[in-house]
Amino acid sequence: MDLSYGPEHEAFRQETVAFIEANKHLAPRPGGPSALAWQALLIDRGYAARTIPRAYGGYGADPDILKSRIIAEEFARAQVSPGLGGQGISMLVPTLLEMGTEAQKVQFIGPTLRGEMLWCQGYSEPNAGSDLASLATKGELVGEDWLINGQKIWTSTAHLAHWMFCLVRTEPEAAKHEGISFLLFSMETPGIEIRPLVDMTGAANFNEVFFTDVRVPQHQIVGRRGQGWQVANSILRHERGSLADPNTMLSRVNALTDMMKSETLDGRPVMDNPIYRDRLMQIQGRVLAMRCNDLRLLSAAVNRQNPGVAAMVVKLQGTELRHELEALAIDVLGELGLLYGDTPRLRGHGSWQRDYMYFLGLIIGGGTSQIQKNIIAERGLGMPREAKLATA
Amino acid sequence: MEFGLSQEQVMLQASVERFLAGQGGLARTRKFVSDNETRATDVLEGLAGLGVTGLIIPEDFGGVGLSFLDAAIVAEALGRYVTPAPYVGTAVLAPLALMRAGNESQKTHWLPRLAAGEVVAGVAISESTGARGDAGLTLKEGKLSGTSLFVIDYEADVYLVADRDGGLHLVPADAPGLTRTSLRTIDGTRPTGELTLDSVTGEALPGSCPAVLRELIDVGRVMFAADTLGAAQDMLEQAVAYSKERKQFERAIATFQAVKHMCAEMVAALEPCRAMVWYAAHALDALSAEASVTACHAKAHLSEVGTLVARRATEVHGGMGFTDLVGLHYWFKRIGFNRQILGGPQTVREDAARLQGFAV
Repeated sequence: MDLSYGPEHEAFRQETVAFIEANKHLAPRPGGPSALAWQALLIDRGYAARTIPRAYGGYGADPDILKSRIIAEEFARAQVSPGLGGQGISMLVPTLLEMGTEAQKVQFIGPTLRGEMLWCQGYSEPNAGSDLASLATKGELVGEDWLINGQKIWTSTAHLAHWMFCLVRTEPEAAKHEGISFLLFSMETPGIEIRPLVDMTGAANFNEVFFTDVRVPQHQIVGRRGQGWQVANSILRHERGSLADPNTMLSRVNALTDMMKSETLDGRPVMDNPIYRDRLMQIQGRVLAMRCNDLRLLSAAVNRQNPGVAAMVVKLQGTELRHELEALAIDVLGELGLLYGDTPRLRGHGSWQRDYMYFLGLIIGGGTSQIQKNIIAERGLGMPREAKLATA
Repeated sequence: MEFGLSQEQVMLQASVERFLAGQGGLARTRKFVSDNETRATDVLEGLAGLGVTGLIIPEDFGGVGLSFLDAAIVAEALGRYVTPAPYVGTAVLAPLALMRAGNESQKTHWLPRLAAGEVVAGVAISESTGARGDAGLTLKEGKLSGTSLFVIDYEADVYLVADRDGGLHLVPADAPGLTRTSLRTIDGTRPTGELTLDSVTGEALPGSCPAVLRELIDVGRVMFAADTLGAAQDMLEQAVAYSKERKQFERAIATFQAVKHMCAEMVAALEPCRAMVWYAAHALDALSAEASVTACHAKAHLSEVGTLVARRATEVHGGMGFTDLVGLHYWFKRIGFNRQILGGPQTVREDAARLQGFAV
């Protein structure tokens, strides 16, 4: 058991802290410096796109999980933007590095990292949710182009994105998981229609995207024809862990704790009520458990060990816990917890209600809790799959 | 950076588990309970042979000088095998009290005997985590009087007792004025009872202070949390194995999502507890500023998750889970014992709140 990061990494931490201190006035803010300039500075100094090769527009450092962790920790501590995120940077770039052609890497990675090329992810369809591999959007090779017809749904930021990475059924004769291809195309391509989907928080981050005879050049495929499922799966795994960061949860618990000390009920701090206090302690304990689990996962990654089921449970436990944490905050606020939107007496900028609802969305999105349980039972505990339906 | 068990720790745990399995596991536990044994001498001797009774005792006093994390992974193994042997009191808390608060002659006298397993020490500190009724020990003119309930490792040769002011004393089992009354609990694997003292002359540990008592409570809570981790992990594994064997509607019940989801919920709740117990034990060893709060959370959270697993694993077994035939109830009851001893979840969480200044 050794929780220290060691002298080399502590020196790196000092450098990181010094960089943040010296440059935080350049961090993006409304009416201030732009996010793109900040991103360029972070890449140049190795605080963003750290391990992406220089040839593709990254910083080109050797992978070092602890250094990446230190960067995340120190930017979070200083509450300074750690640079751009989004599905292009977090999902497409790693995929291209692994599966893309040289030309694709050169064409897409640099502009994506710099924030000049925003991406959206075209996976889910109205009839392909939990059973994603049953997706039916059709891609037919006609001449030199893929001709795409069909519909996607739950497409975050489609209305802002310049490009989409998209799963399309190109081999209708093949087995379900073997007939899908992973295509890239510009959202400017004729035949694409975007309709916003307003969610329960009132925001419209999601969209429906319709394709009518959308023509995509043949070479804009990642991996081989029919290999799209494997390509997509490698990054879905990446997505799940990131939905339930326990360090973010810790800062939410701390904010909730402060609120329970400052909010009063009949003239006394809510914290004085033993029932609310016990609920807070329950949540604090559960968050601690997930933080400890996260340390175990970090250690496993650093030491190249397989963390097994400890990694599989993070999305399920983390999203449920976060939802309950936000629910407690609303109960602490009582009627004040109902306030939402631009209104007097609003607490926490409305974040408690918003995150309460948003995390219900995350319990469902990225693989529902029920699907997570199937995965945990089958892959983590070795329980058999359910018997196939008899075909009538 | 390495968060986890060392090679040596993995081997220590494996050797304890191998020994416990060799002792007959559940069969040995059943015999202990059905024969109303008071001390499983064979198990205790075997554990002493592995160094378990002297695990945290310094080598100078005949022990192995290992850490609380080592002690926790042994507790986990004992929970996994529902082992009917004294441990948390005699091998961890009593030696710890002597190491922290005993004088040289007390250490020289008691520690080697405890390490060898020749002497078993019970620990009577439950009033310090919440006194029931008028229980509690008072020190007056050098004499101890009163009652202490739910003694840990009750079938002992000597007792470590805490008085109402946090003073710690050793009281031999045959001390004049000491009356012992066995209390039968659901958990037959760990005999408990109460001590009634009527002007008993104990042997005070001169270094006693609130900080030592606090540490005893913290360490004890982490050990019981670790015991629950082992017991719950075993119940989960039994449930998964049973679900793969048991057939209904012409298929293994493990194929049903209702059953799978129960198992997934168990492991999803329990697996992070493993890291939590490691962390809490490591905090006792090395992170003193957060050790107490972490110990409270580990105890409370493992109690909640343990209760969930105990119930669900029993349900997965259907009617057989309810029977003595399968014997799951030994684990169920052990987890139940661990939940209440040294403070139930609400009590312990309130302690965590107090430690952080959220309550008085």
